[in-house]
Amino acid sequence: MIALLVTLVVIPGTVGDLLMSAGMKRHGEITDWSAMGLLRLGCDLLRNFHILASIVAMAVSFFAMMALLSATDLSFAVPITASSYILEAALAKYYLKEHVDWRRWVGVSLVAVGIALISI
Amino acid sequence: MGSKPPLLDQKGNALSRKHSLLGKTAVVSVIVISTNVVGNYGLKRGLVNVGVVESWSPVPYIQSFVHPWIAIGVVFMVAWLTSRLALLSWADLSYVLPVTSFSYVLSAIVGAMYINERPSRLQWLGISIITVGTLLVVMTYPKTTNGSPPE
Repeated sequence: MIALLVTLVVIPGTVGDLLMSAGMKRHGEITDWSAMGLLRLGCDLLRNFHILASIVAMAVSFFAMMALLSATDLSFAVPITASSYILEAALAKYYLKEHVDWRRWVGVSLVAVGIALISI
Repeated sequence: MGSKPPLLDQKGNALSRKHSLLGKTAVVSVIVISTNVVGNYGLKRGLVNVGVVESWSPVPYIQSFVHPWIAIGVVFMVAWLTSRLALLSWADLSYVLPVTSFSYVLSAIVGAMYINERPSRLQWLGISIITVGTLLVVMTYPKTTNGSPPE
């Protein structure tokens, strides 16, 4: 049960971030920061399949995290889900074709370890 | 505006454009981090006052939004999501995640200062390690891809 909840936090959370990043890259760099521009952005994103799918995935991850937190301690739930940072960097390299150099690998790993230390 | 031709570096990229991307990334990253910290702080302050909400009816949840701290928290969380979307429209995911995780450091410091959450020695070690990780990634260029990713 706990293993299932951890999987439901990590996998949809990771997929959600990847879809959100892919969806925003597809939309293109935001340059219009006016109120009208942001309104248009909102309308565009509501028709962007990647963004809509990322919202669904993140909602699943969020509610699984709530369930995990009610079943276990924060000091278990946060460190184990912090590992998703490293998974996301790996998938960003292979799926989003990002150039993840050694500084990013080391940086992401340090952040994951640090988050685990903060919460135990 | 735009009368001068752009300066080019060795690879032929426009230098002015490179600088503007770095500047924009720095500003929006700071907004993502600070709205996350203020949003979490607002929600935490508000939820402590409201107490545990447990109900099958949505009414108590909606009523809790009327609480000023929770309203502030929700507004800043919306700003956080919007600015994060904007940042991801040009910056790499493998840049955005570690850089914006600096909000964990600020949240811990804000918690220690205003909510009297005393971090332990191990937690201070975690705070320092995240800071080093964030600084390493800040040294990389935020955008390493061109255009849209594959299907």
